Amino acid sequence: MPFGNTHNEMKLKYASAKEYPDLTKHNNHMAKILTPAIYELLRKRQTPSGFTLDDVIQTGIDNPGHPFIMTVGCVAGDEETYEVFKELLDPVIQDRHGGYKPTDKHKTDLDPAHLKVGGDDLDPNYVLSSRVRTGRSVRGFCLPPHCSRGERRAVETLSIEALDTLSGDLKGKYYALKNMSDAEQQQLIDDHFLFDKPVSPLLLASGMARDWPDGRGIWHNVNKTFLVWVNEEDHLRVISMQQGGNMKEVFNRFCTGLTKIEKLFKERKHEFMWNEHLGYVLTCPSNLGTGLRAGVHVKLPNLSKNAKFEEILKKLRLQKRGTGGVDTAAVGGTFDISNADRLGFSEVELVQMVVDGVKLLVEMEKKLEKGQPIDAMIPAQK
Amino acid sequence: MATQFTRMLAGRNTAVVLASLGAGTLATGYLLTDSTAAAERRVLYPPSADFPDLRKHNNCMAASLTPAIYAHLRDKSTPNNWTLNQSIQTGVDNPGHPFIKTVGMVAGDEETYEVFSEIFDPVIKDRHNGYDPRTMKHPTDLDSSKITSGVFDERYVLSSRVRTGRSIRGLSLPPACSRAERREVERVAVMALSGLKGDLAGRYYSLGDMNEREQQQLIDEHFLFDKPVSPLLTSAGMARDWPDARGIWHNNQKNFLIWINEEDHTRIISMEKGGNMKRVFERFCRGLKQVEQLIHERGWEFMWNERLGYILTCPSNLGTGLRAGVHVRLPNLSKDPRFSKILENLRLQKRGTGGVDTAATGDTFDISNNDRLGKSEVELVQLVVDGVNYLIDCEKRLERGQDIKIPSPLAQFRR
Repeated sequence: MPFGNTHNEMKLKYASAKEYPDLTKHNNHMAKILTPAIYELLRKRQTPSGFTLDDVIQTGIDNPGHPFIMTVGCVAGDEETYEVFKELLDPVIQDRHGGYKPTDKHKTDLDPAHLKVGGDDLDPNYVLSSRVRTGRSVRGFCLPPHCSRGERRAVETLSIEALDTLSGDLKGKYYALKNMSDAEQQQLIDDHFLFDKPVSPLLLASGMARDWPDGRGIWHNVNKTFLVWVNEEDHLRVISMQQGGNMKEVFNRFCTGLTKIEKLFKERKHEFMWNEHLGYVLTCPSNLGTGLRAGVHVKLPNLSKNAKFEEILKKLRLQKRGTGGVDTAAVGGTFDISNADRLGFSEVELVQMVVDGVKLLVEMEKKLEKGQPIDAMIPAQK
Repeated sequence: MATQFTRMLAGRNTAVVLASLGAGTLATGYLLTDSTAAAERRVLYPPSADFPDLRKHNNCMAASLTPAIYAHLRDKSTPNNWTLNQSIQTGVDNPGHPFIKTVGMVAGDEETYEVFSEIFDPVIKDRHNGYDPRTMKHPTDLDSSKITSGVFDERYVLSSRVRTGRSIRGLSLPPACSRAERREVERVAVMALSGLKGDLAGRYYSLGDMNEREQQQLIDEHFLFDKPVSPLLTSAGMARDWPDARGIWHNNQKNFLIWINEEDHTRIISMEKGGNMKRVFERFCRGLKQVEQLIHERGWEFMWNERLGYILTCPSNLGTGLRAGVHVRLPNLSKDPRFSKILENLRLQKRGTGGVDTAATGDTFDISNNDRLGKSEVELVQLVVDGVNYLIDCEKRLERGQDIKIPSPLAQFRR
């Protein structure tokens, strides 16, 4: 709920201890780091657009924990949030991103030629689909938790203008959520493209679902392999996907598309939020750096029942989710397997990790099918 | 602590003075503090860029909010820095409701109703059947001795209940309050309630601190309120920081109950099984007056003014904030096609026995007054008493195979 920065000044008349949230039953990154001293230091500040500490942490206060994952518990309202509230966000980032230090530099590499040989041959008997997604924020506009309707609409207009000029296999069309016909809506649902108003309290509590569905929409190419979500959890979410196991092709299209989109925005005098330290800047600190999640839906009925499954995933720097997305559990033996990291590794490095890791998981699955042991195959920690 | 209390006093006294001066004084509002960035944004995004898309909306706010009104009010704020965008967010996020026409806006503080009167007044008029806050006065009457025929036939009426809300002057309302303010509301209310005696003596259960056994007990008694799930409430921001500073107070006899920091600062409920609405209302009035006395002793008062009565978060609860109702069995009448019209003319509404967002199951209905503003508490309770007696009479007639009549419509409010 965006409060004005002036409301923040009113709160300053109360002692910090009176305003400090009760985090005793909480288990998220924000709650572990936000001490009364840090709260007192940061509550006096605001970003130039008026985003305050309470705005940053509201979602973490309202959502003490999550059954499957350790949540971050804070969001950014604009690019400057990460600077103005660094005393909170740097340790959160360090905790969340495997020890990434405030002095570390992040490398960006969107050249698909840098992928090692292979990546196009994940066994389609096991790997049902491959997908790469990331997010991008448009510099100069507030992020979804904080933006006004005017800003959100401006981001949408700019995005449509840019995407409309894409050509070749990337040529496509925009579907505004609020103008969609029933037929269009059903088609997008059948294609598994339609995103709906968030129901997760993690997202709702941060204010990013305000004014739904105003300014939201989906763009996709004619072939339905390249998709952009506008104004969902981030300004833009860019997704490349297809059936089967050709992750190389998916990543190729991803990089080509992203690079083109960035160029088109630049031609319109807008850039993406990016810096040397944090890479691409997104709403949730968990998506900083590459913002990249490369994953597959893969059948692992035997391996998933093996006692070492979690350990193997951890060593490979992979995570599992249900095929319904982040808040779901896996159904049957089919899992969504993707990279656990976002920051501190480049895009190419992360996709390589997924390709190599999934290859190994499928080999292990095949061995277990034949009743053979897999202990010798368990890798060292990447 | 002393500094806080001083600010409290300043805030309250200012509010009292300004509120008593009436609608005109705060109409100009306070312009949002001009930082360079904020000023730039206002130029870059004029009100027309921010005006919400309300074409698919059906609530009172959407019916009254024009681009011109929005343009006048967008850059204003109350002394506590509450804005129009915040007031209307719930109405923008919730285009409609399956059973009721929702209001679609909330107040963040007492001054909201003044600073944004250009939109609140027409919404109030729409919601409260033509009550015009600019010209009319609202009557308050908590003398329960005036109620007649207030005991219902218990073969039909299963339970009787009266509720209202009260806000503590000088502290922001649930959509707007900071954690410190909310905790202050809790402190003030709990301190006052601890002074109640006799049949009203009771104790407080903080939502955050209660143990499992207490929680189960309160659930079994149907006293426990949970974190709101209705998007009407969550969009308005009133569920922030749950369950911090929320709780339930009830007397030892379990027929007088206060909710703290749910949708309003306090919700006061008097209830009991059976049909003795008169006794329920008597206890209600007595308890309310004592609580008011107890907070006065400590220098606090309730938000109230002559044109709007008691000030609450939702404009639908202005005036008396009172909902007097019964759970009543009407197996025959509810199937009669004239049921809705009878209710309408009696100025009653039906709900499911689960509350406002539920449909009735079986033959048992929650029947209560439609109106809140423009009629006093005594008038509304008498209206419910007379109306429910009429419904029971209809039910009995239908049981005997006799015909029933639709009563003539009641007058809307005293002119």
